Amino acid sequence: MLFGIEWNTSNDWLFAASILPILLRGLLVTIQATVVGFLVAAVLGLVLAALKAARSPLIAWPARALTEFLRDTPLLVQLFFLYYVLPEYGILLPAFLTGALALGVQYSAYMSEVYRAGLESVARGQTEAARALDLSPLRTFGVIILPQAVPRIIPALGNYLVSIMKDVPVLSVVSVLEMLKVAQIIGDRSFYYVIPLSMVGALYLVLTLIASAGVRYLDTRLPKRGLPLK
Amino acid sequence: MHWMNYIAPLLEGAWVTVQLTIISTIGGAFFSFLFGIGRLSPNRTARYLSVGFIEVFRGTSLLVQLFWLYFALPLIGEAIGINLRLPPVAAGALALSLNIGAYGAEVVRGALQAVPREQFEVAKSLDFTPRQTLWRISLPQAIPEMMPSFGNLAVQNLKDTALVSLISLGDLAFKAEQIRNFTQDSTTIYSILLLMYFGMALVLTAIMKLLERSVGRWRAGRA
Repeated sequence: MLFGIEWNTSNDWLFAASILPILLRGLLVTIQATVVGFLVAAVLGLVLAALKAARSPLIAWPARALTEFLRDTPLLVQLFFLYYVLPEYGILLPAFLTGALALGVQYSAYMSEVYRAGLESVARGQTEAARALDLSPLRTFGVIILPQAVPRIIPALGNYLVSIMKDVPVLSVVSVLEMLKVAQIIGDRSFYYVIPLSMVGALYLVLTLIASAGVRYLDTRLPKRGLPLK
Repeated sequence: MHWMNYIAPLLEGAWVTVQLTIISTIGGAFFSFLFGIGRLSPNRTARYLSVGFIEVFRGTSLLVQLFWLYFALPLIGEAIGINLRLPPVAAGALALSLNIGAYGAEVVRGALQAVPREQFEVAKSLDFTPRQTLWRISLPQAIPEMMPSFGNLAVQNLKDTALVSLISLGDLAFKAEQIRNFTQDSTTIYSILLLMYFGMALVLTAIMKLLERSVGRWRAGRA
């Protein structure tokens, strides 16, 4: 029994059917962690990208080194670091938030590169033309560069959303009750590991296929030459 | 306990991580080529098998694959009367190789498809067999294009090895967790741990760059 739902061990099919609602509870947590992690990564990534684009090397260089460091170290270790070290400095977060934060920190490094590549892919002539027309730097960025960069950035961010979802099971080590942890508990209590673990694999496959199809659809719908203004 | 005392057990774990990274990167390269080439095969069975493999291993989480191989596979073996109980190191290396191989297969496929069409027409007109075309025309031109992506995947693989500590394999992350349980000195241990992984990643990146340069000579017109 888990979350007050009993399982039926009389045969394999009934067992699978009876644990499905339990796994779906875990799936909900997986999706929540994915969304929160993605939002943290999207914002932190933007900050990192802005710092790396700074003119002063005193700002740009450490930001670049930090990106490299975050990208080259395992999520599991970053998670342990946040989970055990933050409390020593008086920051007590629930496991779910620590996990989502770890996902966000790891993926912010990847996302900052997406932003950078997206912004740099806008032709230099656009900036020069805007300057020639006497647009302020802020307006140049807001109405010239950004609308053209966004259609290139969104699909890449979507792919990272899928990657984050596949990394959520790592949070099970700090006992976040996401789908894999739930399957493991069912296995520990019922001694049937094959069915819950296989179901988690199948549910993941369905999720990622849907999400990838969504990203592809978005990619075809986004205007290739930039968002229309008005 | 002084932090210098952590270094010896951590290095012991790091050695396991290094070995596991080497084995699973080589295994991953094998699966990359096997299924990347299989996906482009004219043989329908080979193609469907490769697509199925790539979708399953890219579409699910590595940790799920690892747990499945380690916890579920032996039970299936029991049910059909074969001993499929893998030692942690084999389950870990296999899961890592299959996972990174699925990502690598897409890299191989992309690079092979990027070889200009005329090359195949010329090969055909010179009466090359399909096998000769693959080995002497496609692969030598495609491999240099794969190398930057392979470099990223190798680092990804190094990071992923940390997950094998969860099936009680005594790698770097596992040793660190043991020391932490013993000393409760989280900040020091995890800082050292992060730096050690970072250092290994930098070395791995440098090695992959060297490899990239050495196979760069295979590019057309530079032989």
